[in-house]
Amino acid sequence: MQDECLLKLRGIEKSFPGVRALHNVDFTLRKGEIHALMGENGAGKSTLIKILTGVYQMDAGSITIEGESVNIHSPQDAQNKGISTVYQEITLCPNLTVAENMYIGREKSSWVKQKEYETKADEILKSLGIPARSSQQLGSCSLAVQQMVAIARAVDMNCKVLILDEPTSSLDDKEVNMLFSLMRDLKSKGVGIIFVTHFLEQVYEVSDRITVLRNGEFVGEYLTKELPQVQLVAKMMGKELDELNSLSDAEDREEGVGEVLYEAEGLSSTETNPFDFKIRRGEVNGFTGLLGSGRSESVRAIFGADKVNSGKVKINGKPVKITKPIDAMKNGIGYLAEDRKRDGIIPDLSVRENIILALQVMNGFFKPISRSESEAFADEYIKALNIKTASAETPVGSLSGGNQQKVILARWLLTHPDYLILDEPTRGIDVGTKLEIQKLVLKLAKEDVSVTFISSEVEEMLRTCSRLIVMRDRHIVGELKGADLNQAQVMKTIAGGEA
Amino acid sequence: MKENKKRFLKGGLGQLTIPVIAVALLVIFNLIRDPGFFSISITHNNYGNAVLAGNLISIINGASELAILAIGMTLVTAATKGQDISVGAAAAIAGSVFVKVLKSASSISVGTVILAFLCAAVVAMLFGAFNGTLVAVFGIQPMIATLILYTCGRSIAYWINGGATPTVESPIISAIGSFAPGIPIPMPVIIVIVVTILFKLLFHFTSLEILTQSVGINQSAARLNGINTTFIKLLSFILLGVCVAVSGCIGVSRLGLINHETLLLDVEMDAILAVAIGGNSLGGGKFKISGSIIGAYVIQMLTITLYAMKVSSTDVKAYKAIVIVLLVVIGSPVVKQRFQKFMGNLKKGKSETKGVEGA
Repeated sequence: MQDECLLKLRGIEKSFPGVRALHNVDFTLRKGEIHALMGENGAGKSTLIKILTGVYQMDAGSITIEGESVNIHSPQDAQNKGISTVYQEITLCPNLTVAENMYIGREKSSWVKQKEYETKADEILKSLGIPARSSQQLGSCSLAVQQMVAIARAVDMNCKVLILDEPTSSLDDKEVNMLFSLMRDLKSKGVGIIFVTHFLEQVYEVSDRITVLRNGEFVGEYLTKELPQVQLVAKMMGKELDELNSLSDAEDREEGVGEVLYEAEGLSSTETNPFDFKIRRGEVNGFTGLLGSGRSESVRAIFGADKVNSGKVKINGKPVKITKPIDAMKNGIGYLAEDRKRDGIIPDLSVRENIILALQVMNGFFKPISRSESEAFADEYIKALNIKTASAETPVGSLSGGNQQKVILARWLLTHPDYLILDEPTRGIDVGTKLEIQKLVLKLAKEDVSVTFISSEVEEMLRTCSRLIVMRDRHIVGELKGADLNQAQVMKTIAGGEA
Repeated sequence: MKENKKRFLKGGLGQLTIPVIAVALLVIFNLIRDPGFFSISITHNNYGNAVLAGNLISIINGASELAILAIGMTLVTAATKGQDISVGAAAAIAGSVFVKVLKSASSISVGTVILAFLCAAVVAMLFGAFNGTLVAVFGIQPMIATLILYTCGRSIAYWINGGATPTVESPIISAIGSFAPGIPIPMPVIIVIVVTILFKLLFHFTSLEILTQSVGINQSAARLNGINTTFIKLLSFILLGVCVAVSGCIGVSRLGLINHETLLLDVEMDAILAVAIGGNSLGGGKFKISGSIIGAYVIQMLTITLYAMKVSSTDVKAYKAIVIVLLVVIGSPVVKQRFQKFMGNLKKGKSETKGVEGA
């Protein structure tokens, strides 16, 4: 066993105005180990990592790297000490080339020729099996490839400690496997990897040890093989799992109870091929398929988020024209976008302002929501969705990912939509919040709201949806319901005739 | 309600700290230099009206055009993450239109003046819409888009009055530029107050504020929340057009003539500065109109102070630059963060044992 201690954190404390983010947290990373850092939304994982990477300064506690006590002052400092990070959201520059992104801010000599960078970068990309050319603009790569370039950059910096913060949330299975083999490779070379993810299966597939945080406190460190999955979840949530189980047998979901609410014929946008789609009142359906299969683009077309090219749309049997988001909103459609940071939150505005935004837009320019009214709305939804924030006036950008997502959910719930489209509402958030969101979806359906629920975790969709639309290469290739709603059938349909 | 007040103090002063401190420092500096600097006296002007006079009055009066432009500039900055550098040139156009209409009337009555102002406002709004279209529809960076009008605006103003610099002689016009009978406060100051109130009402009776901030902070998300981002950006330029017309007309009324070459020359940079000194991010997003207005007064107070210190008008700009660099650096996020950390450490040091000092 390589039990040599690489990184040791003891008694870490960190507070923000009004919130204690970390209290007496310990963390130990050994050489050649993949260590999963687990915890719910707001448990303090992100804060701990930001302390480790010098983004935040801890209030108290100690950090030792290879037995030497250190202080980490800045991200640059962290890099110099051998700590590299790949964050949940891509933090590279999309308008630079892949090679430039890999070497930006690292090479001392600015006279190194661009060609040289590119040759070097190409070698690394090739050795890691990343499907990108070094001279390509990063922005032209898929999100998944961008993520892998970020990892390649970290790998190339000869880091001792590699932190992967939700690296797999935008990768498909094949890419995940590629990443895992890369992680194992690095592990065998003695690199310590801190792996933060919400995919429990992945933790069990690849990690050696697990450290669990809850509410900013250290719960414990466990060997992965000695901690059953159910217990892990229980430790993270601090409560029993009956709830989770009760959700999973939602077999009694009826399909197509109500009348048809929304119906599209030959709908297409600049990003999709024409497709037909309908949803009934109180129905929960899902779009599934691999990344790039067109599932997000389809719902964007329904909402008018991209330029609509053609198609007949009927709501309650009446023809309507939806060419831009406001049309959809006025017709009772809400849309929680896939990319929370880019298309969802207005980070500098308060939780309150973010919650009322969509309703305000629907009310119109000349009907502002008064301060007291908006405060009442905000308080109501902060309570109803259990949003963890210091106050309604806190800028939403300073909340944790899961709470940001709840704020956006609140924003759409406040518009009382008849049809709510949720594109990856559970991406990058903790198990507890995921569960809350799934429960909420089922509750909405009971209240006769139609919901389209998209998740890259098929299991979540199987738990909530009564009908699954399967997409491949921008076409609908199947529709599953009833007995066909199981993982095997979904995979089979996604894979289709290929294989 | 109590909480509201607290929040107001905390949030409100947060952004206004720098401009308020700047005003306070300038006041203190002047009082030390000359205890009578801010004394206000009552004098009688040429028309025999009792009016207020003194340095303070001339500061507040002199900053009027700048303050009004700063209001509009704040909105454009917030919505488009950029600035309009054509406001001086556009004001020359508006002023020329104002004079042109006045000159074409046989006699100047209050009605004529209002009509002339409305014409000037419409023209300025059209030019605002031109700038706004370039920015909002064609996605051109605001500074580049407005560079066009900046370059050609004063030529257009020149054409309007056929190259002449006609004078307007009317008690109404001079009242607008200085004092109205029976009112001891300069008219331009009253106009600033009216414009400010109008904008406050606009924010109160429409959702412009939250929509503008949303567009400035995250355009993509704003669009997906149904906001017509093109409209909001365009609107900010049109509203700035209104401000431009008001300032242009004040400027003309002060002198009783239109000089298209010198009217509000270089005011655009001061207007942008006022926005920045007011604690508003030039990168758009959240904004505070009051900050920009105070910023305008800071700039004017600085200018008057320097003149009072017998600094020659050629040198004034250099001295102004020094003070402004200081203000902007002190207000920068980096300094703010360091300061907060410093204060945090100070507090911690106090609460912990006193022995820490030795360690």
